[in-house]
Amino acid sequence: MSMTVSRRLFMAGVTLAALALLAVPAFARTVTDSAGRTVEVPDTIARVFAAGPPASTLLYVVAPEKMTGWVRAPREAEKPYLQPAVRDLPELGRLTGRGDTLNLERLVAAKPDIIIDFGTINDTYRSLADRVQAQTGIPYLLIDGRFENTASALRLLADVLGVKDRGEVLAGAAEAIFKQVDTVVAAVPTDKRPRVYLARGPEGLESGSRGSINTEIIERVGAVNVVEGLREKGGLVNVSAEQVIAFAPDTVITLDRSFFEGVAGKPAWAPVPAVTNKRVFLAPGLPFGFIDSPPSVNRLIGLTWLLHTLYPDKAPGDLKAQVRDFYKLFYQVDLDDSALARLLDGAG
Amino acid sequence: MRNAAALPAVLPILVAVLLGVAIIASGIGPYRIPPQDVVAALARRLVGAANPAPIDTVLFQIRLPRVLAAALVGAALAAAGAAYQSLFRNPLVSPDILGVSTGAGLGAVVGILLGLPVAAIQFLGFGGGLATVFIVAALAKALRGGGDILVLVLAGIVVGALAGAAISLVKVLADPYEQLPAITFWLLGSLAGVKPGDVAATLPVVVIGIAPLLLLRWRIGVLSLGDDEARALGVEVSRLRAIVILAATLITASVVAISGVIGWVGLMVPHMARLLVGPRFDRMLPASILIGAAFMVAVDTLARSGARIEIPLGVLTAVIGGPLFVWLLARGRRSALP
Repeated sequence: MSMTVSRRLFMAGVTLAALALLAVPAFARTVTDSAGRTVEVPDTIARVFAAGPPASTLLYVVAPEKMTGWVRAPREAEKPYLQPAVRDLPELGRLTGRGDTLNLERLVAAKPDIIIDFGTINDTYRSLADRVQAQTGIPYLLIDGRFENTASALRLLADVLGVKDRGEVLAGAAEAIFKQVDTVVAAVPTDKRPRVYLARGPEGLESGSRGSINTEIIERVGAVNVVEGLREKGGLVNVSAEQVIAFAPDTVITLDRSFFEGVAGKPAWAPVPAVTNKRVFLAPGLPFGFIDSPPSVNRLIGLTWLLHTLYPDKAPGDLKAQVRDFYKLFYQVDLDDSALARLLDGAG
Repeated sequence: MRNAAALPAVLPILVAVLLGVAIIASGIGPYRIPPQDVVAALARRLVGAANPAPIDTVLFQIRLPRVLAAALVGAALAAAGAAYQSLFRNPLVSPDILGVSTGAGLGAVVGILLGLPVAAIQFLGFGGGLATVFIVAALAKALRGGGDILVLVLAGIVVGALAGAAISLVKVLADPYEQLPAITFWLLGSLAGVKPGDVAATLPVVVIGIAPLLLLRWRIGVLSLGDDEARALGVEVSRLRAIVILAATLITASVVAISGVIGWVGLMVPHMARLLVGPRFDRMLPASILIGAAFMVAVDTLARSGARIEIPLGVLTAVIGGPLFVWLLARGRRSALP
């Protein structure tokens, strides 16, 4: 009730704002999220809870000082690549619907001003947001997680959290990266584009079929994902070594170090063109994956990395400098030479 | 039969234990509310007064619905387990014998894959469980006229395995970052997302399912003597069997829809009841219901406050239930069997 009253006062432009601020702890304003839900959020937001790993990364990039915890606590190897202030925040678990690992009481106890989720927008997540919001009384904002939507997502969250300027800078950088990729790729004839296989798992036999969120970035950079899916929007798949030979990828991108180090010695992989031509690359993953894990804003630097890896003659600028700039701007950490070398170790 | 206490003496004790466990559980949780504040909040709620903001939310929106849901889930699974064990005259039978949980799991994961609202996912879970048992019963009937209990169980295994395979397929097709964790956690069983409305929606279904079991408890007990003896005593075996299967399926499917798949409770609790009051079904059923409710409330309290993140219920019931079951069997080998 008092919320509505003070909002009316606000909208009427009554200059008693200072007094009202003393009487009511927080002004409320309404925000429309990516699902079209109208959410009433406090004017000043100091503590934000992220519902899953992609949201966690988005929040870290936009406003690390407002984080209440992690979905999964950072590992030792990842900590040097994160701001000192957030390295030891608690692990809180995730909200997924029926079987959350997050306890709602703990969520309330963490006293967030707002909950955000970044990812698929469908009825499941819409109703989950409505339920949690009704049950805990904490505003719950859904942000569209499609890769193409990255710049808008950065702007939306920054705007809600009251750091509009930072959002504008980050969104601009994201748009510049997409534009750079498009410019380079447009100059490469379709039949000259690399045919890429994404090798996941220690045997490299787990992959993502065309259209899956895991390989989205490969297609975004103009390459052909050799794994054809059963359906339009693919998912993770298991493939046989024989199948990989039949796919004949000229480039293999892997997320697994043990596969990367052992692939040259595996007889089954010897006939694969990418292995013969020594075009197997290990995607960096500190503190967040370059290709996915999670599929969030961290993939922006993955795009730059893929551009340099797949089109070394055409990609503009120096990769190391671009990685350093990205980490400075997005993750707010300075990479020294050894940190940078460790990050890009094996990346070609 | 040794040491089997008389039911009238045991029931009030079990009711008191259940109430005690529920009250203690209401005071425990990651959000600390001192006991006097819990009592004060309940009192204020009773007279219609409001409580300080977080206490009202935590107690009445989150914790009490979970305690009630846990009691409901435990009572339902134990009742279904007791009924099935008597019906099949086999102490190793659990509520999932005819594939209810697997079918419910399939319904729910399809709902998650299709991106349906949470309520629709629950409804699909409920429907999937019921549908599975109807398919099993129809299959058994087509094969052997429905009279043979062995054919019924084998049909249950086959249909359950098919549903399990379909769940695996859905997992492969699901988005690994959002849907797959949801599916995995759902199948492990949890009450983390329970809302007051879920309890209100499930309670009547469970009552409707348990009522015929309680009303027919003497006749169901006679079934465990064997079909011929039961017929000689004037029991219409196949109709009674159909009623028991329907009732047990209904309650299992309805609680699986709000809690996900939770193993062990339905298998183990009837054995605990049997040790306490003896193998007679008319005594064992009420005891199972009360023990199951208290057990589940205690386990869920551990699940939500034992670690920083939620421990899946299915994991806890197996870890606690497995060793406890072995100990029960070792202690009362003879009376543990029906």
